[in-house]
Amino acid sequence: MIDARGYSCPTPVVMVQKEVKQSSPAELEVLVDNQCSVENVTRYAGGSGYQVSVTPEGRDFRLLLKK
Amino acid sequence: MKKVNWVVVAAGGLVGLAAVALTMLGNPANMGFCIACFLRDIAGAVGLHGAAKVQYARPEVIGLVLGAFIMSVAGKEFRAKAGSSPATRFVLGVFVMIGALAFLGCPLRMVLRLGGGDANAIVGLLGFTLGILVGVQFLKRGFSLKRAYEVGRAEGGVLPAVMAGLLLILLAVPSLLKFSEEGPGSKHAPALIALVVALVVGALAQRARLCTVGGIRDALLFQDFKLLYGFIAIFLVVLVGNLINGNFHFGFTLQPVAHSSHLWNLLGMTLVGWGSVLLGGCPLRQLILAGEGNGDSAVTVFGMIVGGALAHNFGLAGNPDALNEAKELVVGGISNTGKAAVILGFVVLAVISAANLPKEEKVAARQTTAV
Repeated sequence: MIDARGYSCPTPVVMVQKEVKQSSPAELEVLVDNQCSVENVTRYAGGSGYQVSVTPEGRDFRLLLKK
Repeated sequence: MKKVNWVVVAAGGLVGLAAVALTMLGNPANMGFCIACFLRDIAGAVGLHGAAKVQYARPEVIGLVLGAFIMSVAGKEFRAKAGSSPATRFVLGVFVMIGALAFLGCPLRMVLRLGGGDANAIVGLLGFTLGILVGVQFLKRGFSLKRAYEVGRAEGGVLPAVMAGLLLILLAVPSLLKFSEEGPGSKHAPALIALVVALVVGALAQRARLCTVGGIRDALLFQDFKLLYGFIAIFLVVLVGNLINGNFHFGFTLQPVAHSSHLWNLLGMTLVGWGSVLLGGCPLRQLILAGEGNGDSAVTVFGMIVGGALAHNFGLAGNPDALNEAKELVVGGISNTGKAAVILGFVVLAVISAANLPKEEKVAARQTTAV
């Protein structure tokens, strides 16, 4: 799980990119705290072959990336 | 996905259109918007520097921040956050400003200058891209100014409140402020029109996450071209607008509020590109983020205002090309102090970049140096 709350873009996407390149996980959970990061991580994950589901959690967002 | 991209293109197009319109209404040539120039003008208006030609409380900056504030509140995206290395961001804001004023424009004005045929902006764009490339190398190695934390709503509202206060003074007691009587600061569109235009642009820039550095950075880092569409849209609209108005003049010398000292145009914008990557966004984006409640971006904006004041108090900013009495070209540029400040900026950025790498990267960097 990547906790990218508190980080502004592009850091959340860089964190996801690093994980995807290193271990290419079939499933990855990402926590972010702003809509901009939701959009950017979703776009990057989509381009890397993942399906993304977004669940709001209070003021945060949990993204589930699945191959 | 396509819808989001069109929002960026529409926002970019509107910024371009607004820039052309503001220039027609009185702003200096190729300066419909220039975040660096306008923050510098604000610094002059409140007496932080004494350069008489660049003093005006630009309603464009006020409108951009308040537009982003209103849109983020309406869209439930306003979130008060702070604590991500604020002092470092202040210093970065200062040097981004020094770099921008060496070139005579922020990245947004660089695009507007490109659209007006100013070939020096091509040199600036090369430098800007080079700076982004350097910054991206540090991002790839894990550079981070660390996370921000939720803070009280009032903290997030500081820059919007400061801008609202400045607007109030501008409209109700302008005698408190300084106004240029000649030079770029004296050239401006009617205040209320500039304010309304900027409110709309600020709101759209917030929705579209418009960022001039983000366009090139994301293309290099993730092959994500979304923000680049906005950058290109601004350029195309300004280019067409200038061609229609007869304001497109291609060349290097004697461009409006610009100099053709190539090395310092290049290095100034390299500093801006690198610094903006470390900050997570260009000067325009910092205004928008501060409007959304980001206290760290508000500190960056304060840093840029101080940077503008320093640039003029110490004679660091660029001087435009001019003609002397014999009608000979006098190439502008920056003073030796200005050159030293830009070089100091690179040293400071290198230290900040290295100091904020993850531990293992710092060790690797030290070992490489030792070998």
